[in-house]
Amino acid sequence: MFDFSVITCWIDNLLRVEWGLPDFWTLAIEFVLVGVALLTAYALIALVLIYAERKICGFFQCRIGPNRVGKWGLLQVVADMIKILTKEIIPIKRSDKFLFLMAPFFVIIGSILTFAALPFGLGLQAIDFNIGVVYILAVSSLGVIGILLAGWSSNNKYSLIGAIRSGAQLVSYELSAGLSLMVAVVLAGTMQLSEIVEAQSDLWFIFKGGIFAFVAFVIYLIAGHAETNRGPFDLAEAESELTAGYHTEYSGITFGFYYVAEYTNLFIVAAIATTMFLGGWMPLHIPGFDAFNAVMDYIPTPIWFFGKCAFCIFMALWVRWSYPRLRIDQLLKLEWKVLMPITLVNLAAVAVAVTM
Amino acid sequence: MEIKNIDIKNIPLEEFKDNEYLEQYIEELRKAGTNVVVSKLSDLLNWGHSNSVWPLTFGTSCCAIEFMCTAAARADFARFGWEVTRNSPRQADVIFVSGTIVKKMAPVLKRLYDQMAEPKYVIAMGGCASTGGPFQKSYSVVKGVNDVIPVDVYIPGCPPRPDAVLYGMMQLARKIKLENYFSTKRLEVKEIVPLADIARKAKKEKGA
Amino acid sequence: MIENLKQRVLTLCPSAKMMGEYEESKMLTIEVPNENWHELAVSLRNEKDLQFDYLQDIIGVDDEGRLGIICRLFSTTYAQTPLVVHVWTDGRECPELLSVSDVWNSANLYEREVYDYFGIRFVNHPDMRRLFLRPDWVGYPLRKDYDMESNPLVLKNEPVADFERSERLELDSNGRIKESSFQLFDDKEYVVSFGPQHPSTHGVLQLRVSLKGETVQRIDPNFGYIHRGIEKMCEEYTYPQILHLTERLDYLSAAINRHGMCLLCEKALQMEVPERAVYIRTIFDELTRIASHLLGWASMCNDMGAITAFIYGMRDREKIMDIFEETTGGRLFTSYSVIGGVSQDIHPNFQKRVKDFLPYMRKMLREYHTLFTNNPIARQRMTSAGHLNKATAIAYGVTGPSGRASGWHNDVRKIEPYAAYSKVNFNEVTDTVGGSFERYYVRLDEILESLAIIEQLVDNIPEGDYKAKTKAIIKLPEGEFFERVENARGDFGIYVNSHGDKSPYRIKFRSPSMALVSALDPIVKGEKIADLIMIGGSLDYVIPCIDR
Repeated sequence: MFDFSVITCWIDNLLRVEWGLPDFWTLAIEFVLVGVALLTAYALIALVLIYAERKICGFFQCRIGPNRVGKWGLLQVVADMIKILTKEIIPIKRSDKFLFLMAPFFVIIGSILTFAALPFGLGLQAIDFNIGVVYILAVSSLGVIGILLAGWSSNNKYSLIGAIRSGAQLVSYELSAGLSLMVAVVLAGTMQLSEIVEAQSDLWFIFKGGIFAFVAFVIYLIAGHAETNRGPFDLAEAESELTAGYHTEYSGITFGFYYVAEYTNLFIVAAIATTMFLGGWMPLHIPGFDAFNAVMDYIPTPIWFFGKCAFCIFMALWVRWSYPRLRIDQLLKLEWKVLMPITLVNLAAVAVAVTM
Repeated sequence: MEIKNIDIKNIPLEEFKDNEYLEQYIEELRKAGTNVVVSKLSDLLNWGHSNSVWPLTFGTSCCAIEFMCTAAARADFARFGWEVTRNSPRQADVIFVSGTIVKKMAPVLKRLYDQMAEPKYVIAMGGCASTGGPFQKSYSVVKGVNDVIPVDVYIPGCPPRPDAVLYGMMQLARKIKLENYFSTKRLEVKEIVPLADIARKAKKEKGA
Repeated sequence: MIENLKQRVLTLCPSAKMMGEYEESKMLTIEVPNENWHELAVSLRNEKDLQFDYLQDIIGVDDEGRLGIICRLFSTTYAQTPLVVHVWTDGRECPELLSVSDVWNSANLYEREVYDYFGIRFVNHPDMRRLFLRPDWVGYPLRKDYDMESNPLVLKNEPVADFERSERLELDSNGRIKESSFQLFDDKEYVVSFGPQHPSTHGVLQLRVSLKGETVQRIDPNFGYIHRGIEKMCEEYTYPQILHLTERLDYLSAAINRHGMCLLCEKALQMEVPERAVYIRTIFDELTRIASHLLGWASMCNDMGAITAFIYGMRDREKIMDIFEETTGGRLFTSYSVIGGVSQDIHPNFQKRVKDFLPYMRKMLREYHTLFTNNPIARQRMTSAGHLNKATAIAYGVTGPSGRASGWHNDVRKIEPYAAYSKVNFNEVTDTVGGSFERYYVRLDEILESLAIIEQLVDNIPEGDYKAKTKAIIKLPEGEFFERVENARGDFGIYVNSHGDKSPYRIKFRSPSMALVSALDPIVKGEKIADLIMIGGSLDYVIPCIDR
């Protein structure tokens, strides 16, 4: 396995020792580099996901999908990006201007902050908190503030209904999402993401943790999917009911932020599921098959990570394009009467199983 | 100064030879002239704009059904990147006036158009939207939406087939490519009068 | 039988006047003075042996300077002769009639329509405002003396108001009329306006919805955003020209509507239509019905958020469009039926294509059931909301698949078989529960029945002419003519008052969709917003048919 920290250490060494920069400047340059790298990854992932969704959705619907702009329509998303960057931003009469413009930033910052803590590969992690799981849960739910603000400040009834729905939905599903992640924490015995991945070096939790991990994985996928506000949980947008839900009044790049955040949130949910249950960047190791394990190690770790994410995302898209939307009472019933009790029992059971 | 080499991969220039409207438009642009750097940047932006036109889901009557057929599996306008239909006018780039517009609806249409963000385009789809179509004699139908909002492309038909809709969309894409994004005012081609107006004028003269 | 009914009506209302040759037209036409009209209506509706509970239509007329209404009544319990009631106003200046909206719920919208067109105000009507035209509209367009230029186009950008005022006329104890005005929604109500431009109103319909949280309290439909004045235009057009306008009413049942108008003209002219044309027309009707139900299914799924299902429905609809296109050249509007037959013979490939389509559609229906009907979310949503019982369905005149889902046997193809329907075996698909799921399911089952009808007909199309000879200029004889056909949304009725000219004096189309929308209010009360959209989809109305 190639350790990407070799590269980062080399850069650090270059700045500190070779160029002899003081600590402050070294850190400053490193922060900028990391920031640029993360933002690029962020934008690229969003673009790739938008393209992938449009193609995959076309495949599900017996259509072709974008194929005119660039080879196989690859440049379609770039064109969309150029368009959306140069669209007019309409100021809304009788809206709360400050909150209205701030709301998209909350959404985007929430997902960028989560990005920082994701382990993309061995040594490819910007910050490795010792309470990484709690950090991820905390910042990824910042987005709901953006949505609530958008709904409130737009001075639009559809937006308000959408935002309130979204608030109820996120607060509820955050619980089962968080609690199901705790199963992985219990299994690993740590909250540090890098250590959780290390703990899966012999076998991924989804296999090692037996039925408990599997249940937790499925529940996390459902709850995480609900948190991204995508169908069948897209009540906040609910195209056929609320025109565009909480972002009805947003135009140009402010809408672009929501559009991009939707896709990166999709990626983040997949990435967290991957890290916690599918072993993150850890190649598939089966105890006892040493030769097999060695071969698996030759595949670079980011490929493992993104491959597993792609699997989770494909599942999400599959559900998205074949299920009708839930109703708000069904949605809440599903969480509070089904998912939540199962998660609690599951967590208690796994805790007992681990301590025994 | 040469303005730009107009080409869309899907439609060769020859196919547009009969389109006087666009040719006059190019002439007009040539007279105005543009800076090289700005023109290159404008090219890039126009490339983006013409390839990413998101329609507003707006349909009043029969033409909306054919519009849906264009979106569906057979015609699939997703190939051109048009499938991101937005329900909120704020996020849409083009409004397909698919169907008859009546006097009660006209202020609503105007409002919808005003709610859209620049740059925005209008396609009048079908006979009713272009001229009033079969409802010319009615007391309540608007005889051509160009009375209410400026129209970029007219698609004839009652209702137009999906193929015709695709062709109209490509015409619009081509028209967007001609635009000068940085010009302060939108160029107006004064000599060109929409067909509906000519017909109406002729009718009025005949009546008088 | 007519004689019995005549005696019965005369005992109930001695001042009623019998009119015309009722025996030939198989219906009883009476004229009632305004003072007795409401009283008679109550007895007609409630008397045990009469029970005229289905008010099919109220038609406003401006006949030779007299303003009045024509009501057409049916009984769903007894197979009785339909009753046609004429009521006339005194004078044109301030015409007033007694409202029967308390007797039949469906009268509510019909009377508003008459007010809008003719300016006849209805006393005791709960909500007397314009139905189709702008509130500031000048004049009443269907009066014969209406000035066509009196309403210029408004070019201002206008916000759509959530709150509107309406009027009410009441009789006080002295028999004087008291006018009062009131606001539709209370200031404290949270009113959300769905439409006129909204993805799920299936056209340009405005629904003002009063909400409490997510729950719908009350709903007020606002029509007229696609009111094209077809009925007025028809008064200037010849009958073959009118055929084209009938297609544009309910564009999804275009061929059926056109067929209905042809039937009316043929009946009036007492013309024999060649068997071949009858068979071809029936097949086209059923294909149109399938296409319409497919689109209804697709858009209902889309309303519930299942976009893939929408695309699937549209995909299979294209197969029907191909069949249409090959024979007629048109996709949505086939312009195929003409007075006396069909415009041209079928394409040699037609029968083969249709026969290929039948098994394909059956296979696809099974796929729909796997994809959507058996989906737990969809099923739970559809079964839990939107119940309409039989009595309400009849009171609001909800016909078609939606009415049949509530247990009302109202299929015109069975009640008054026209075209080739008496020659084929098919079931009238009904259900008793009347929920959204039943409406949805009845619609899909009707596709199967339509396939069965086509299967029986397509191989037996008789040889011969496809069109009877007609005169160059078609003039209908003097008189009143009614015709009803079953279009994809229900009972599509046509009324023609001919003065012997080449164009009708007054024509009226009964829109089945209007009844569907009027029933929306009782159905959705207390349901969630999401269900409002879904119920709208399950009723499957077409707005241009309502607005005409």
